[in-house]
Amino acid sequence: MNSHPVDDPQSVGLVKTKYYTFGSPPDYPLVMKSGRTLAPVTLAYETYGSLNESKTNAILVLHALSGTAHAAGYHSLDDPHPGWWDIYIGPGKVFDTSKYFVICSNVIGGCNGSTGPSSINPETGIEYGLEFPIVTIQDMVNAQWHLIQHLEIPKLLAVTGGSMGGMQALQWAISYPEMVKSSIVIAAASSISAQGIAFNEVGRQAIYRDPNWNNGDYYRTSVPGNGLALARMIAHITYLSEKLMHEKFGRRLQDTELYSFDFQSEFMVESYLYHQGIKFVTRFDANSYLYMTKAIDYYDIKSDYDDNLLLAFESTSSDFLVISFTSDWLYPSIQSREIVNALRANGKNVVYTEIETDRGHDAFLLPDDRLERNISNFLKSQFRKMIS
Amino acid sequence: MEDLQSFLRIGYDLIINEIPEHARVLDLGCGNGKLLEELQTTRKIDGYGVEISAEGVSMCLEKGLYCYQGDIDDGLADYRDNSFDYVILNQTLQHTKRPRFVLQEIMRICRNTIISFPNFGHYTMRLQLLLKGRMPKNSLLPYDWFNSPNIHLFTIEDFQDYCRIHSYPVKQEMHFSVNSNSISQIRNFRPNFLAEFGFFILDGEKFVSK
Repeated sequence: MNSHPVDDPQSVGLVKTKYYTFGSPPDYPLVMKSGRTLAPVTLAYETYGSLNESKTNAILVLHALSGTAHAAGYHSLDDPHPGWWDIYIGPGKVFDTSKYFVICSNVIGGCNGSTGPSSINPETGIEYGLEFPIVTIQDMVNAQWHLIQHLEIPKLLAVTGGSMGGMQALQWAISYPEMVKSSIVIAAASSISAQGIAFNEVGRQAIYRDPNWNNGDYYRTSVPGNGLALARMIAHITYLSEKLMHEKFGRRLQDTELYSFDFQSEFMVESYLYHQGIKFVTRFDANSYLYMTKAIDYYDIKSDYDDNLLLAFESTSSDFLVISFTSDWLYPSIQSREIVNALRANGKNVVYTEIETDRGHDAFLLPDDRLERNISNFLKSQFRKMIS
Repeated sequence: MEDLQSFLRIGYDLIINEIPEHARVLDLGCGNGKLLEELQTTRKIDGYGVEISAEGVSMCLEKGLYCYQGDIDDGLADYRDNSFDYVILNQTLQHTKRPRFVLQEIMRICRNTIISFPNFGHYTMRLQLLLKGRMPKNSLLPYDWFNSPNIHLFTIEDFQDYCRIHSYPVKQEMHFSVNSNSISQIRNFRPNFLAEFGFFILDGEKFVSK
């Protein structure tokens, strides 16, 4: 009999999600960028490894649009899948939990344990729905700041994430420069492109147009599953590259050799997307999807700085590792270079590398020797500098 | 990638001698980061690199260096005027597509720059072309014409002329040849004929963006 994957020496094993709540009186509520407030705020989070005595080994991992606090390990022995970044987090892995203390929390506005549109609004006693305030990347980071205070960590060795997680990693360095030794930004941008907003909007429209959506009020009826599944299918296309799709599916047919000359789904790529959509509906809330995509669309680092990206990075004191992927057309390399150029112009310490791959935007979620080697070497030298 | 592994230490000793402690240094075409690493150990510099290959950047990361993956032909515009005490262009100028533009940018961003390059006027080059009628190929320029990264070859006297025409102040010239242990031997006598490598230190202080 094979041993269970939780017993793998490179796995963090069985883990539990924890919760931290703040913002109830006498605490101040969380003031959002929109000017509205949120209270109480609960953050679901997980930690792996242990915080050293000098508190110099903490790494905050930030998830992308559909991520959760569950970044590594298994929740139970029956858990079929490990956390979303398990290949990068664990003893002896890139984020080596025998050396580092790794934290991952679900963002606010999400639907996996942190306060979001599917949480109960204490003022009404029912789910927030669209009453939930608009969330920005800055708000997500400000909420995480409370968690890091609660964990009594004065300075993070690193903040890191891909895609929307990379945006948070950038924002951490800007919002809390004195608390961030280094920022590892993968497949991200200082603002998403018009093309990116366009795809997000089509996804939102799919949800709006699902009759079950009912202006976000569906928690006691049926969920807008069709709309959400369609939104996911569209988005999933943007996470892959043309070449990868060609290699993975080509024009192959699913379960048949011949065209059926009807409108049954028959190409492999169709059935793949269909499956991705269905799977997503079982684990994600449609309103959260609206809030997350809006947070990404609104994000524009320079908008807080007179439309000047150089100014935005002026007071950062972190070291940066910025990584892009050649086949990522959702967050293309040129957008990473824009960040790096602004950092260089400010004389900041920054490493930039572009990884050649056919795997598109989602490459950061897949195993890659170069990604692993670069991050782990960067972390090593940052850790050395942090403790010296 | 072989190039990066077997990166020769040409001119390292002269460069290390020149750079003062704690200087802010940018090495253009830094390869595997070996020179910056040695400067960090011996001179405690703040070292930065620009390197075109992802593999080179990875090797720099391994050494704890800050390196930007990019082409120096179009990758210097973001650095501010006089933002480096030294910019090093070691055995790289002859690889650039737009040497004139690169030099102009270097003069803008540096207080001083060290520029070293294979001297096409060296007698071995001249003899090979004169006697064999073929493009020179030797330890200095170990490539065939069709696979050479050296696209802008020039001599020490060409570069002297260039600096004169552009009013680039030359602080020092230390042309040299290397022995088998990569130790530089200064060639002050008829350098354009006898030195394998040109070595110039230019003063870039007064060159700023207009």
